Amino acid sequence: MVSPVHLETTIPSDTAEGLAAQEKLVSLMERFEYSGRDVFAMRLSLEEGITNAIRHGNKFAAGKVVSISCDIDQNRMRVVVRDQGDGFEPADVPDPTSDEFIERPSGRGLLLMRAYLDHCEYRDGGRCLIMERERNSLLPTLND
Amino acid sequence: MAPNPNRRIDIEDMNGVIVATLLEKKILDEPNIESLGRELFALVDTEGRRKIVLDFHLVEYLSSAALGKLITMHKKVTTSGGRMALCNIQKDILDVFKITRLDKVLTLCTSLDDALSKF
Repeated sequence: MVSPVHLETTIPSDTAEGLAAQEKLVSLMERFEYSGRDVFAMRLSLEEGITNAIRHGNKFAAGKVVSISCDIDQNRMRVVVRDQGDGFEPADVPDPTSDEFIERPSGRGLLLMRAYLDHCEYRDGGRCLIMERERNSLLPTLND
Repeated sequence: MAPNPNRRIDIEDMNGVIVATLLEKKILDEPNIESLGRELFALVDTEGRRKIVLDFHLVEYLSSAALGKLITMHKKVTTSGGRMALCNIQKDILDVFKITRLDKVLTLCTSLDDALSKF
């Protein structure tokens, strides 16, 4: 059995660096033999969470970084993403499935993370995102 | 002429309907998504195409930023009086469309034949 892994990395506010970090974390899931469904869910959530930190948090500022820490074992993967931006209030993000916002080209990242993660929480005024996915989670739950 | 290796879509004209096959397995990173958007939008803005099918059979991952390009493309096509359908979407990706309720906005078809029958 593979021993639990703790990993920390800090990246500049660059989405290419975010993608590289994401690949590193996904390869960890593959080492722990998580299912394709779990990997899909976590890859999507990592993409949304890390990109949000770079784009909306740090606003691509060259002097700001995104810190990522990950803990993974046989049962779950937990990732914490911190940015150095001004923060935001998650409750203020409009529901992108409402008729008013359904045709907006952006604003679906938080919805997707909440659908695919067993635990998705913003702390520190929106600057710190905690993401957890259990092994063989049944999420997402679809209504139809 | 040899195909451009940097293209994000492969184009085929099937009796007046443009079938654009998305070539990237993972539509995640920003430069890729921007390039995909440019290529798709050019079908409408530059080439004046009004009947478009997007074939997703190669796509395994898709981010919300990519969804944004699809919505903008959908608007461009419908605003110009045309129609767009998506087909061959893998189960995981289909879930993303359902979660975001975009399955109610976009025309999603099970197969290419099904998509072509919409025109």
